[in-house]
Amino acid sequence: MKLKKNIAISESGFVFNPEIGTSFTTNSLGVAILKQLKTKTSTEEITSSIIKSYDVDSITCEKDLEDFIRILEQFNLIED
Amino acid sequence: MKNKKDITVAVTGLNAIDSPGPGVAVIRGLKESDFYNVKIVGLAYEILEPGIYMDELVDKVYQIPIPSSGFDAMLERLTYIQAKEKIDVIIPNFDAELMTFIKLKPHLNKIGIHLLIPTKEQFEERLKGNLNEFGKKHDIKVPQSESVYSINELEDALEEFDYPVVIKGKFYDAYVAHSINDAKDYFFKISAKWGAPIIIQEFIKGHEFNVTALGDGKGVMMGAVPMRKTFLTDKGKAWAGISIDDPKLLKMTNDFITKSKWGGGLEIELMKEDKSGDLFLLEINPRFPAWVYLAVGCGQNHPEMLVKLAMNEEVKPLKKYDVGKMFIRYSYDMICDLDKYEQISIHGEV
Amino acid sequence: MSKLKYESPIIKQINAGITSKFGELSTHKPTTHIANVPVKSLIEKYGSPLFVINEQTIRNTYQEAYHAFSTRYPNVQFAWSYKTNYINAVCKVFHSEGAWAEVVSGFEYKKALDNGVPGDKIIFNGPDKSDEDLKLAVENGSPIHIDHFDELYSLITITDQLDKRAKVAIRVNMDTGIKPLWDRFGFNYENGQSWEAIKKIIFSKNLDLIGLHTHIGTFILDPNAYYIAATKLADLAINIKNKFKHDIQYIDMGGGFASKNTLKGSYLSGTDLAPSFSDYADNITHALLNAGFSSEDLPLLILETGRALIDDAGSLLGTVLANKRLSDGRRSMIMDFGVNILFTSFWYNHLISPAQECSLYTEETVMYGPLCMNIDVIRESISLPPLNKGDHVVVHRIGAYNMTQWMQFITLRPKVVMIDTDGKTHVIRESENNEYISKLEITPKYLEHIDL
Repeated sequence: MKLKKNIAISESGFVFNPEIGTSFTTNSLGVAILKQLKTKTSTEEITSSIIKSYDVDSITCEKDLEDFIRILEQFNLIED
Repeated sequence: MKNKKDITVAVTGLNAIDSPGPGVAVIRGLKESDFYNVKIVGLAYEILEPGIYMDELVDKVYQIPIPSSGFDAMLERLTYIQAKEKIDVIIPNFDAELMTFIKLKPHLNKIGIHLLIPTKEQFEERLKGNLNEFGKKHDIKVPQSESVYSINELEDALEEFDYPVVIKGKFYDAYVAHSINDAKDYFFKISAKWGAPIIIQEFIKGHEFNVTALGDGKGVMMGAVPMRKTFLTDKGKAWAGISIDDPKLLKMTNDFITKSKWGGGLEIELMKEDKSGDLFLLEINPRFPAWVYLAVGCGQNHPEMLVKLAMNEEVKPLKKYDVGKMFIRYSYDMICDLDKYEQISIHGEV
Repeated sequence: MSKLKYESPIIKQINAGITSKFGELSTHKPTTHIANVPVKSLIEKYGSPLFVINEQTIRNTYQEAYHAFSTRYPNVQFAWSYKTNYINAVCKVFHSEGAWAEVVSGFEYKKALDNGVPGDKIIFNGPDKSDEDLKLAVENGSPIHIDHFDELYSLITITDQLDKRAKVAIRVNMDTGIKPLWDRFGFNYENGQSWEAIKKIIFSKNLDLIGLHTHIGTFILDPNAYYIAATKLADLAINIKNKFKHDIQYIDMGGGFASKNTLKGSYLSGTDLAPSFSDYADNITHALLNAGFSSEDLPLLILETGRALIDDAGSLLGTVLANKRLSDGRRSMIMDFGVNILFTSFWYNHLISPAQECSLYTEETVMYGPLCMNIDVIRESISLPPLNKGDHVVVHRIGAYNMTQWMQFITLRPKVVMIDTDGKTHVIRESENNEYISKLEITPKYLEHIDL
């Protein structure tokens, strides 16, 4: 599971999918996750990196991340 | 030009799309002022309003909260904008936002923003649902109309009407229904968007005439230009129109502005019935119409006059205008970079 | 190195026509305190969900309303509408401000008596008054507002039997331009029914016609309707004076003033639409002062407005039970309060704020109650920042009609607390428990022991 290749992510939280021309807004953690999804493929890796830098417990983090990724799939931003 | 006065005017209604808002037309009028050097602050509700991307007309754009989020949200946003922009005048261009601006006026005055808009009473009196009363009071013919709040009331009320019949929203939208099923469809469509009531109006077969005008709020008609729509789009909006010389229309407009002491821009929509030649009042819109630039083209710069009146400058009423001038609406594809779109969608200003 | 503050990740598609975060600034500003008491500590101490009444808000609102009328008219009396909120502590705050009681059933009538309201200051309204109720009201000298001819005849019989006089008024319904026309209550003005009733009373042996009453509808956003109603009642009063040389002591304009809640289907926010007390007062007093009464004959003006006096003073605190993604991708949130205790969510889009600091980023959310019933929806769509399980929210302006129309369905009703004017919190209604509910039930003997 990876973010599609050409997705443009700006620091401001603007996300653009050039393949189909859709654009999105996301918050700062969203930006951080999307960036990680460019290279990393396992949710465990991403979860542990979030827990390292954010004040959050692992259950909340995992729930939120899974929810976020499901939405990314719905928006067609994820490669199988 | 050196001797022009600097002024900052904020304008809403930048949606110059197929069913256009008046903002861009108003701005064109202001930019042509000989008296003012105008800086335009665009106030946008939606991030794809074309005016946002018109750099030659609009100097700075802010997104503002939709009117349904309430008075406090709007005041907070405008206060924020005012701290950066020092706006002198706001010209609201949407029916749906006007109630909010009427309520905000005293607060905006306090932070240095001037407005020339109708009062709450004037605004409500002309609401489509109150047109029967309005007609009686001002001795103007109006099509029979009735406000309904539910589908049951709609069905009951329709028994009093012949088809076709016009189904209208409180602020916007009007459709011609040819059957009870049409009428019900339109009822749901309009009420989902603008809420109740929905207005049922007698259909008058004839030609539509419109007047764009300006009142000073003290009972003087500062200017008025009547127009006949020469062709309509499939949405019923003007595709083209021509300025005409009809003293009856001007007298009706003058009577209304004088009696009601209307303040601000307005548009009167009338129907001249084919069989009788009688004039029926369809609507009074409490703002400039999208075709207000025709008035500018005919020699009456209503947007500029409105700003002067709001700023307490001396303005003389205009009577003359060019008859037989046409406007033809056209669409135009602007090429825009994504960064402006990004700015407005992320930061709400650009 | 200290860790960054966590906030759930959100991503939203940008659509033309959908407003971004600037569209909803006011709705997600957190409400962390009520009357300076932290929401968190209220929930810790009293549980969740929790109804909170702010006494200072009641008093301020009442005084504002009273001031609006008393500065425009010489003789004004408010009567607290029990059905709007009959928690005793709430009623007593209104009574301590000088309001009489306005009741619409024998149950409410006795509640008012128990609250120490003198009989002659309890206005008895409504279509449901049993003979027993009427007797009690006659004995106590309460103004009885007659709703229909059957009640009028019962009252004639009862006063004859008791050989006592009764103080009565009639409720009048009329066309004020407001739809729907509430012609199910009282006697109609336009078709002469009300005049018939008046004549019957005047010529009866034991009934004293002391007042005229109307109540034109509910959530009336057009104050001018009250001008029309007051004009018609005044017209009746003057006709009575002219025809029968009889003075009407009071005109009761009922209630129906809108609160600042936003009705479903309304495009503009209720805070922008609701007329002020001054707007209503202008219309009513203007009509009465210009009706043609001589200055010494000006009747007492009674007002029974409920909703507009109490809505703002009530808040409902609640807690997120769960977050859930619906099949179409929408976010939904399950709360620990539902339509069972927030009945008004059927007709208002209630303003709901998070009770803790939160992100500026919002997402459209469906807000469900906890009931295992499909109808249990608090908001079909509300723009909220992400809230975690256990986070709290405040539902604003719920003081009217919830603490009377709530029901014990699936779950029990929670505590109600009142924060007094010194900031002290008092429990004014305990939470229910199984014992309380079961107390009224009787299980037949043969079903007492079951063997599974």
